[in-house]
Amino acid sequence: MMGLLGWWFSQLSLPNASNFSLAVDRLYDFIFWLSVVSFLAIVLMMVVFVAKYIRRREGEATPYIEGHTPTEIGVSAGLFVLVMIIFYWGYRDYMQMRTPPAGAMEINVTGRQWEWEFQYQNGRVVARQGSEPPVFVLPRGQNVKLILQSKDVIHSFYIPEFRVKQDVVPGMYTFLWFEPTAVGEYTVYCAEFCGTDHSRMLARARVVEPADYETWQREWELAGVKSAWERQANAAATKSAAAKPTGPETIADQGKALFATKACSACHSVDGVSGAGPTLKAVFGHDVALADGSTVKADENYLRRSLMEPAAQVVKGFNGGVMPTFQGQLKDAEVTALIEYIKTLQ
Amino acid sequence: MSQEEYRMPEAVSYLNSPKGWKSWLFTLDHKRIGMMYLLLTMVFFAVGGIFALLVRYELLTPAPTFAANTYNKMFTMHGAIMVFMFIIPIIPAALGNFFLPLQIGAKDVAFPRLNLASYYIFIGGALLAVLAILLGGVDTGWTFYTPYSIKTATAATLVTLGVFVMGFSSILTGLNFIVTIHKLRAPGMTFHRMPLFLWAIYATAIIQVLATPVIGITTVLLVMERVLHIGFFDPAIGGDPVLFQHFFWFYSHPAVYIMILPGMGIVSEVITVFSRKQIFGYRAVAYSSLAIAFISFIVWGHHMFVSGQSELANLLFSLLTMLVAIPTAIKVVNWTATLYRGSIRLGTPMLYALAFLFLFTIGGLTGLFLAALSVDVHLHDTYFVVAHFHYVMMGGTVMGLLAGLHYWWPKMFGRMYPETWAKVSWGFVFVGFNVTFLPQFMLGRLGMPRRYHEYAPHFAGLNQLSTVGSWMLGVGFLIMFTYFLWSLKRGAFAPANPWGGKTLEWQTASPPPTENFHQTPTVTAGPYEYGLKAMGT
Amino acid sequence: MTTATHGTLHVHHHFETAEQQYQSSKLGLWLFLVTEILLFGGLFVVYIIFRGLYPEMFSQAHHFLDRVLGSVNTMVLICSSFTMAMAVRAVQRSESARASQLLLITFFCGLLFMGIKYLEYTHKFHEGLLPGIHFHNAELTHPKAALFFSLYFMMTGLHGIHVLVGMGLIAWMIVGCNRGRFDAHYSTPVELTGLYWHLVDLIWIYLFPLFYLIS
Repeated sequence: MMGLLGWWFSQLSLPNASNFSLAVDRLYDFIFWLSVVSFLAIVLMMVVFVAKYIRRREGEATPYIEGHTPTEIGVSAGLFVLVMIIFYWGYRDYMQMRTPPAGAMEINVTGRQWEWEFQYQNGRVVARQGSEPPVFVLPRGQNVKLILQSKDVIHSFYIPEFRVKQDVVPGMYTFLWFEPTAVGEYTVYCAEFCGTDHSRMLARARVVEPADYETWQREWELAGVKSAWERQANAAATKSAAAKPTGPETIADQGKALFATKACSACHSVDGVSGAGPTLKAVFGHDVALADGSTVKADENYLRRSLMEPAAQVVKGFNGGVMPTFQGQLKDAEVTALIEYIKTLQ
Repeated sequence: MSQEEYRMPEAVSYLNSPKGWKSWLFTLDHKRIGMMYLLLTMVFFAVGGIFALLVRYELLTPAPTFAANTYNKMFTMHGAIMVFMFIIPIIPAALGNFFLPLQIGAKDVAFPRLNLASYYIFIGGALLAVLAILLGGVDTGWTFYTPYSIKTATAATLVTLGVFVMGFSSILTGLNFIVTIHKLRAPGMTFHRMPLFLWAIYATAIIQVLATPVIGITTVLLVMERVLHIGFFDPAIGGDPVLFQHFFWFYSHPAVYIMILPGMGIVSEVITVFSRKQIFGYRAVAYSSLAIAFISFIVWGHHMFVSGQSELANLLFSLLTMLVAIPTAIKVVNWTATLYRGSIRLGTPMLYALAFLFLFTIGGLTGLFLAALSVDVHLHDTYFVVAHFHYVMMGGTVMGLLAGLHYWWPKMFGRMYPETWAKVSWGFVFVGFNVTFLPQFMLGRLGMPRRYHEYAPHFAGLNQLSTVGSWMLGVGFLIMFTYFLWSLKRGAFAPANPWGGKTLEWQTASPPPTENFHQTPTVTAGPYEYGLKAMGT
Repeated sequence: MTTATHGTLHVHHHFETAEQQYQSSKLGLWLFLVTEILLFGGLFVVYIIFRGLYPEMFSQAHHFLDRVLGSVNTMVLICSSFTMAMAVRAVQRSESARASQLLLITFFCGLLFMGIKYLEYTHKFHEGLLPGIHFHNAELTHPKAALFFSLYFMMTGLHGIHVLVGMGLIAWMIVGCNRGRFDAHYSTPVELTGLYWHLVDLIWIYLFPLFYLIS
């Protein structure tokens, strides 16, 4: 029996490659051994009783046992304590997964049928090359926050070695974060069924030493490699001549250009002075008081909603209905760029 | 006791009186309606099983064997058929219909015409689903998640309509059972003298009545969304795709208990009768069914821990889900304790009941991994979930069903099944099941996502093992179908009470006459009054 | 509440007494009403969610519903509930002719209700106030307004189907009354039809303010 369990464990070794791996595995192991003990207790009892009390002749007498209330209460109470421990343990680790630390490196990830696309802060886009899944590079030891969005149906971003997973839902941003702790290459799976090529919707996360990561980015910046998307965005930005980027353009730069071309600056200052609309300085990540008396944390989803439905969550002291909606006016990528720009206004 | 009373071959029973196919199709007899459900749901079980074998065949090798779309349709049809057309209806509608009135000493269910109507409504819904298969099938998975289910070009509309219609059948059956249990019990049959199978059916019926209307309206919304584009689940015009998941699981989580509770009820019957022991903790087992039914309504969000719902919601759903462990464990402990100092006979029904105990314990314990938030983030949507679900549904419900089928086979058909072949088949099913699904826990732990039609080579070994297991399961069921059919004509005639059961269905002939009992029985004692008080209480 | 002296003429073989049969039917119907409430409950939940998300859209869009017609319809249904209750009472007193007349009035109230709904619907169709992507109204500019009309048509449409089913049942009861099938000893079908009709009214009582009277 123990040999079998040992074999089971050897089968189940999955590399630990993020800051969460060990914590998740610890709770997994705790539940596993608890289960093994409970299972063996039940099955041993069952086997022993069956062997010992097997019917030897018809019409054997048996005792009349109705039950034993202390046993029931004892089992319930003991189990209650155990499951509450599991609950709290799981919840504590989970909350850590849901709380990205300040200063994490952010990457925008877009899922669509059936591919992933990664966009770094400096504007570098990693997309699929032909039938080869995209390989995006991460520095070891650096906190990484992925901001996920979907263009069509629900996908799910999953890296088993990191023990992280998050559904990617159209119409909203979701996020996850981790710190890659081991150099190597790990497969990103789509875990939510999304149609024909669901099982081919893969990507590779290549974790390298920070210095190698810097090299990887610098090489791109020097070579001036630009994705098709970026060229398009540049073309849109240069038309207005408001901002002529020199050198590689970051997402925030693209957002800044859009901020001018879409005339956002007519109402929203970036220096802390209120105009027809609230200033956007030091908004992101802060609590915003709303006209209806509630407060809301200004995160990606709040900013997105303010663009799409300006009248839904109006800032205290301003009038709803002044700002036009940008529903259908802005592409998803442009919304993301604007939000990235607003994030820089601290 | 009528143990020695052997039925004469020409005896009049519900099976041969009245005669003719019309007398079956228009029957109002709960036993015949139960039989017709049994036949139909077993056919769907076979069809769903063939799809399962095809799914496992595809996964024998990492590279694709079938086209991706074919595979996607196969796992969808396997899930949808097994869930909506086999495992939800079979125990309540087939065995429940047959034995509920018998066990409470009634002549029929409260509304026999409604009962027949439910059957034809079920056929109507099933026909829509079958039509969908003929028109090319559907590829959304049995969960129909939006927005994919709105965008797919496959016959999703027909299947969801079929689920809607079959839902009505389920509602009406549940309603019928609740009224029957409340109003038609024989004199002396108090609630606390009811067999535990009926407590389970009662709890199931409550869920059927309260939860199924919600899946009804959800499927209507999905159909409207596909046909009229009403936009509730379409983010482009302000809808919310995740809203569908809330609606779906609000029904489908309780539905999981619609599937498992009747199986638990059967196990309670079989373990007591084959141990000749009073059940350990009758009230605890009975009330835990109700507790499970109640909790089932407030845990749906545990299917959505990574869907983007708020951390607070996840906290509550994880906390509440943990509570399910308690009534479930109470049942397992009480069943095991019932064996203590019994007089245990290892007949086939008992072997399946013990298999239930073994497999369901694994299924229940692996639920703990999925209820713990941080671990679920890793395991969600992997093969771990697939294995857990099958350990509960197949290791639980199907083992309970097979226990019940063997236990009640003599009563239903008046013939014994061949014991030796039944044990051979049991061996194949039990071993085959574990060989199929234990490796899937490991696959999930290693991170293989579900619903993948091709996979990385390092998952190959475990997948091959699993596929071999599925063949063993197939052989086991093939033997079972064969000897069941054989026994209908050739099996030994069954006595009225072959197992020494104390519940009312054993006090009438095998098979029972049309009116169930020649005289309305009067109940004076509980259902499992075995044992001598002198030997200890 | 009801007579305990039901005749034995209509007792099905599997019931011991008429009272047992009557109590079973009644419990059955109450359970059925529970499932109806849950069916509509799902839609009410959708309503609450979207109204919470887009309150200003709801208050804009509801001006496009006709309050007068809605109020008239509410009155019509309340009247019909009243005549339905009187009809049940008449049956319980074995006044078949009177019951039949009252049921007929109830039936026509239902018909009137559906007629007015028809007017409202055709008007909405004409103005392009349609569900989902079919919405095309020049005046109502809110980008999410289509959701309001999706809800409006789903909920009032489902309710309308229930009114039609109720009218069918009432027509059946009228035939039964005219043939003298119901009296003080056996009034179960009329009573149950009455209960169902009251539920249908009750649901409208909720629908009316939720759609027409948003302030």
